[in-house]
Amino acid sequence: MISLETPKKHRVLVDQAHQVAMNMLRPISRKYDLAEHSYPKELDMLAAMIDGLSESGSSSGAGAAGVRREESDGDDGRVRNGTNLASVLSVAEMCWGDTALLLSMPRQGLGNSAIASVATPEQQARYAGTWAAMAITEPSTGSDSASITTTARLDGDEYVINGEKIYVTSGERADSVVVWATLDKALGRAAIKSFVVKKDNPGMKVERLEHKLGIRASDTAAITFTDCRVPAEDLLGSPEIDVKQGFAGAMATFDNTRPLVAAMAVGCARASLDLTRDLLAQAGVEVDYDRPAQVQSAAAAKFLQMEADWEAAQLLTMQAAWMADNRKPNSLEASMAKAKAGRVGSDITLSCVELAGSLGYSEVELLEKWSRDSKILDIFEGTQQIQLLIVARRLLGLTSAELR
Amino acid sequence: MSRITDPFKRSATGASAPRRTRRHGLAAHESRDPIGFALAGLNKLAQSDLIDRVGLRRQSEQVVFTTTRSGFRTVAAAGRRFGKVASGSGPGTRPTTSRPTTTRHGDVFDLTPTEDEQKLVDVVTDYATEILRPAAAAADESCLAPVEVLAAGLEIGLPILGVPEARGGLFEERATMAGTLVAEALARGDMGLALAAMSPGAVATALGLWGTESQQQTYLPAFTGPEVPVAALALTEPAVLFDVLEPATTATRSGDGFVLDGLKSGVVRGAEAELFVVGALLDGRPTLFLVESGTDGLTVEADPSMGVRAASLTRLALDGVRVPAESVLGETDGSTYTECVRLSRLAWCALAVGTGQAVLDYVTTYVNEREAFGEPISHRQSVAFMVADIAIELQAMRLVTYKAASRAAAGKDFSREVALARQLCGSKGMRIGLDGVQLLGGHGFVKEHPVERWYRDLRAVGIMEGSVLV
Repeated sequence: MISLETPKKHRVLVDQAHQVAMNMLRPISRKYDLAEHSYPKELDMLAAMIDGLSESGSSSGAGAAGVRREESDGDDGRVRNGTNLASVLSVAEMCWGDTALLLSMPRQGLGNSAIASVATPEQQARYAGTWAAMAITEPSTGSDSASITTTARLDGDEYVINGEKIYVTSGERADSVVVWATLDKALGRAAIKSFVVKKDNPGMKVERLEHKLGIRASDTAAITFTDCRVPAEDLLGSPEIDVKQGFAGAMATFDNTRPLVAAMAVGCARASLDLTRDLLAQAGVEVDYDRPAQVQSAAAAKFLQMEADWEAAQLLTMQAAWMADNRKPNSLEASMAKAKAGRVGSDITLSCVELAGSLGYSEVELLEKWSRDSKILDIFEGTQQIQLLIVARRLLGLTSAELR
Repeated sequence: MSRITDPFKRSATGASAPRRTRRHGLAAHESRDPIGFALAGLNKLAQSDLIDRVGLRRQSEQVVFTTTRSGFRTVAAAGRRFGKVASGSGPGTRPTTSRPTTTRHGDVFDLTPTEDEQKLVDVVTDYATEILRPAAAAADESCLAPVEVLAAGLEIGLPILGVPEARGGLFEERATMAGTLVAEALARGDMGLALAAMSPGAVATALGLWGTESQQQTYLPAFTGPEVPVAALALTEPAVLFDVLEPATTATRSGDGFVLDGLKSGVVRGAEAELFVVGALLDGRPTLFLVESGTDGLTVEADPSMGVRAASLTRLALDGVRVPAESVLGETDGSTYTECVRLSRLAWCALAVGTGQAVLDYVTTYVNEREAFGEPISHRQSVAFMVADIAIELQAMRLVTYKAASRAAAGKDFSREVALARQLCGSKGMRIGLDGVQLLGGHGFVKEHPVERWYRDLRAVGIMEGSVLV
């Protein structure tokens, strides 16, 4: 039966996440936006609480690791609302609170999602409790992640990693970093593997932290690897270079993390919408759902357009997660969700600043902050343009050589 | 009673909206003889060999008759007499909002239609593919849905989809979700023909939702029988910045009943309709009225528009139309009317999704086959990204529409959701129509390809009110 409501079993979780966002993240939101690079120590207690919720099972399995697709999720014909949906819903609520703080949440890094997506069961168990950052981008390799130059060479029972990574979210704070490196550049994308490198590894060095437009509470590191030796068992998944499977293994991570980033955009945009609706109402502008937009004020009409786009982004995101929960291939839908949510996030947060005028532009309110935070969500884990490429290739049945 | 009406002349008690006709760039003070206009059109149609080629000659002659009659004469004689069933002014049989399943709406996020819904969609998809699409171009040209096409639609039960099972309809529960899926599937074939096929069902659904026992017994047997009447839900008016919640059409109390005055537009198959549901302001509140076509004071005028031409759009003028007290459909406090507007907008959203899907299907094939600079144009990002955007916005329109529909079916408030769906389907739907033509370039602009028709059809979404209901 078709229903696009937040499912009953996740409502408690969503409410809890909302309370946390409202009472723990919002009060420190501006503080850490201003104090870039200082560690939000308040998050330690929060992270402990989230761990507790996970242990008790009352988190519905939500969180960075919630994207794993269990083989045991057998197909009994029943519709599943599982951890993928729980994760996008709770991430959106937390980003309604503060996107940068959600990204700084201990043990909830994108590296944790990568581990959950591709690690073997033995590795899952070994990395339980770690806080993993994700290192893919290099100074001269952004969207084209297949042409990374960081290398990993097998030497005895260790891999030796050499290269430079940038834009590593939580790169300084996390316990470990998931690094993409190639085993053999000549073999192309099939040879790209990911490795878990622990923070105390002497071959890994945080060179600097970036100064950014938004999500300033989240540290973004540049990291170098110089003859960095990691045990062979820290290669995630299979060490085989399967030319047939190609890039699919590594890219599978993105099918799982893109809905999460879409959810971040959805949450951040809703913060702007909620406040702007309130500010407009105080100014005497109420949105009437039954009257045509063109007979209402321009502000109300704009609001209706934004809210419609927001609803669309939210439902596309839920769809992608729902498909993952029900073990349907969702690359197309994950990219659709991220493309829509990414651009809608920017339009909404920027338009809300415009509607609120200099009040929105000033640091007195958080509207200007949300419009800075939202921009990265249309960039990381695949830019808008990369999502369109993926969607177009799938729809048109084209290879990456045909549609470049 | 039969009289000649002057389409340029406003009825003294009629709509406040000025009636504007085609000016061909003429200044306001120039006035033309409308009969001359019609004759020029007739002449052109008679010369066309297209109608012979596609075997439409007889049918087109029928249109000419209908257009002429509806343009210049009252429709009084056209309608059947519906035998009044006096007993029972209480509420009629209503579809239930709870389904006989263990899961309730809202418990589980799910995008899977029920088995019944899927079966229905499969049948309707065949109908849309095999019958509607091949007939679409000619129907658009002639402003008429072929009789056989509509007959096939009756066979698959389109008019009784929203009628309660106890009254001879298809479903026991409220069929809003099924109706939405069906409207989408129909419009994937053709939006104009979908409108023509769904119009009687809109009135039957309204009777099922809001009719009294007596109203249901009077009218519904005709819809569930073999000779389904043409019927139309008339809410739109030809006014700039039209707000459907404040129609200029008025109902005034007179004796036992009401007198209706005003002008409705976008009335689907108005010339053939035997029963109208008309929106009018009563004591300052919008209210629905059942008006039989035989009633004195009704005039129908052909109103060919930019698109959805297969729906034979008309204007319906009401000039001192007297209706009995029991012709009020539903509440007089505006609540029934508002719900009707919302459910109608939902149906229009579903139509937009269906037509948007038709565009996506078509351009996907086209851009892969069309070559330029030595390779398929789909190999260029500027082309491929437009197709990707169509797909993304289309799926967004679909999900937001489904959310509104599923809430409505469950009897939940869906005012917000349907407003957002309409906003999205109006703007993004038009964008899809626009890009559909652009992707075909010059070929999109000529009638060899259907994209120009979809462009015209999609402009209706977000403008038209009423006509369809789910």
